[in-house]
Amino acid sequence: MAELTYRAAVARGIAQEMDRDERVLLIGEDVAGAGGVFKTTPGLLERFGPRRVIDTPIAEQAILGAAMGAAMTGLRPIAEIMFADFFAVTWDIVVNQIAKTRYMTNGQVTLPLVIKTGNGGNLRFGAQHSQSIENWAMAVPGLKVVTPSTPRDVVGLMAAAVRSDDPVLFFEHKGMYASKADVPDGEIVDALGTSVIRRPGTDATVLALGLMVPRALEAAEMLASEGIDLEVIDVRSLVPLDTRTILESVSRTGRLFTVEENPQLLGWGAELVAIASDEVFWDLDAPPVRITTPHVPLPSAAALEDSVIPGVERIVQTIRKRLV
Amino acid sequence: MSWPLQTHPYGEHAPVLPPMENRDFDHAALDRSTRLGLYRRLQELRQLEKRAYDLFMRNLVKGTSHLSLGMEAISAGFGAAMRPDDYTFATYRGHAHTLSRGVPMAPVLAELMGRANGLLGGKGGSMHLTSVEHGVLGSYAIIGAHLVIANGAALSAQLRGSGQVTVCFFGDGTTNIGAFHEALNFAAVYSLPVVFVCENNHYMEYTPIGDITAVPRPAADRAAAYGLASRTVDGNDVDAVHLAAQELLAQARAGEGPSLIEAVTYRHGGHSRADPGKYRPDKEVRAWLDYDPITLYRGRLGRLGVPAAELDAIDREVAAAVDEATEIARNGAEPDIASALTDVWADGGSSWRN
Repeated sequence: MAELTYRAAVARGIAQEMDRDERVLLIGEDVAGAGGVFKTTPGLLERFGPRRVIDTPIAEQAILGAAMGAAMTGLRPIAEIMFADFFAVTWDIVVNQIAKTRYMTNGQVTLPLVIKTGNGGNLRFGAQHSQSIENWAMAVPGLKVVTPSTPRDVVGLMAAAVRSDDPVLFFEHKGMYASKADVPDGEIVDALGTSVIRRPGTDATVLALGLMVPRALEAAEMLASEGIDLEVIDVRSLVPLDTRTILESVSRTGRLFTVEENPQLLGWGAELVAIASDEVFWDLDAPPVRITTPHVPLPSAAALEDSVIPGVERIVQTIRKRLV
Repeated sequence: MSWPLQTHPYGEHAPVLPPMENRDFDHAALDRSTRLGLYRRLQELRQLEKRAYDLFMRNLVKGTSHLSLGMEAISAGFGAAMRPDDYTFATYRGHAHTLSRGVPMAPVLAELMGRANGLLGGKGGSMHLTSVEHGVLGSYAIIGAHLVIANGAALSAQLRGSGQVTVCFFGDGTTNIGAFHEALNFAAVYSLPVVFVCENNHYMEYTPIGDITAVPRPAADRAAAYGLASRTVDGNDVDAVHLAAQELLAQARAGEGPSLIEAVTYRHGGHSRADPGKYRPDKEVRAWLDYDPITLYRGRLGRLGVPAAELDAIDREVAAAVDEATEIARNGAEPDIASALTDVWADGGSSWRN
């Protein structure tokens, strides 16, 4: 057991898989010599060499095209898109090519491919380097979508993503890179499509993702002192989705809150609320509530960014108002 | 061979054709059986696409299709030069690219007709023909996308040391999209074993490429800027294409990196099923119909002493094969409706939740 930062966990997860399987390679801007712009991949070049850890031009289509072609022909690439916002530059390759190819070819082509990226805000980077785009990916058939919230999960879910025969979008929360937690020694492998109950509780189910998980947990501790006992679930994987754990919890607590960093309109919380309404409606004691960023691009100034991304105080107030 | 086809001042797109009786390759180092094989392939591509068109007119093929009638020499010439385990990346105008790797006709026609025995079980259609077992790693309907993907297959071959070469076909219109430029730079930087083949048929969908491109050779003129060797070739002369393909594939296989070839040709029809191609000057169309790759090749084979009867026999054999493939395709079952929900994921299904 060692304390590890979230960013160091990324490198450890990748190294674990590159060690295990020589078909795994890493490709992206500044991932090799520089060790990643967020220092998520230091040491990999020295350890695995320039044939497997490859710096690329600033050319997102070329990066993901190369990863896709390599995945079609026997390798298991991990490609980095530096900021999740830049997915917009490469959306054709992601949506029209990577996501659809297995289906269009009637199962002939398998794409064991991971695209890792820095997602989310909290670093005051402004609208083009801060947004949370997991909703975009979730809406596309053929993409798996994962967002770890702890260093341990970074390693375990990275392993699951690399071992998946399907394309996985791996959303690292860039606002969490400096966070630290204990990570067990040895190989860690999770399963995609598994959520984790971070805090058991009886009064309401709170669903969160990425940076919203520690905030929801902090809010739960504050409300616990007021006698409100929240169950906090780290969704971790939007596709595939662990509806079993989530619905079982909602049925038990009778209340549902989602805490999302993305804008509310068509956010993943809307889908989960719809599923709960459809399948456990009679177990609900009140309408589900979504706590989200408003429908705005993310501002840069600290005060402004903090005012729109759900913070502990807003989570506490919203839940308190609804439950008391 | 470098072939100065036209001067192409802005707005003028009437191509200057080479002499009708193109003797340049009459004495090229190609044996009789290779040439007869190329001739047979030209006939297969031509006759199968004509049949596809007929089936469209009879409403047995739905959706759309993009035929490469008149452009067959490029696919045929490259296909015959490739190793069985080499990779092809095709465009949405990809019937010929696919067939020229040895993919049988019946599953191709069945796919066009949306049948269960189609190459993709009816899930892909005309624009997405793929046959992994023949090295045909897909036909791509978004302009330019497959150039960057072809690089990935080439990178993989390079890392695995497999000696495989990737051949990536694309049209002249592709040369103005960003992915083309990203792809060429990327291939050159890593010295990838990939051959980019521009099929310049003079029209970017409905618009003459010369009207909206500032250089006369939209692909070849730009290759050097990215560090790629390039050349142009008479895309209607199957011998010219085949010899160039042999050379470029050998270079790539020897580790000499990527190359680009611009094969100048012309499509006999419009852009797609819906387009009669009326925007093209009659004189231009007539000239290119005369300069047909099959007519051209029959002329050469005749000069080399191949009896017309022998070529006619090949034509008839191909016609019989196309008829047989049509029957197999027409008799194919409709796809099982349940198959609409398979193969989103590697487990064979489409379920996104537990």
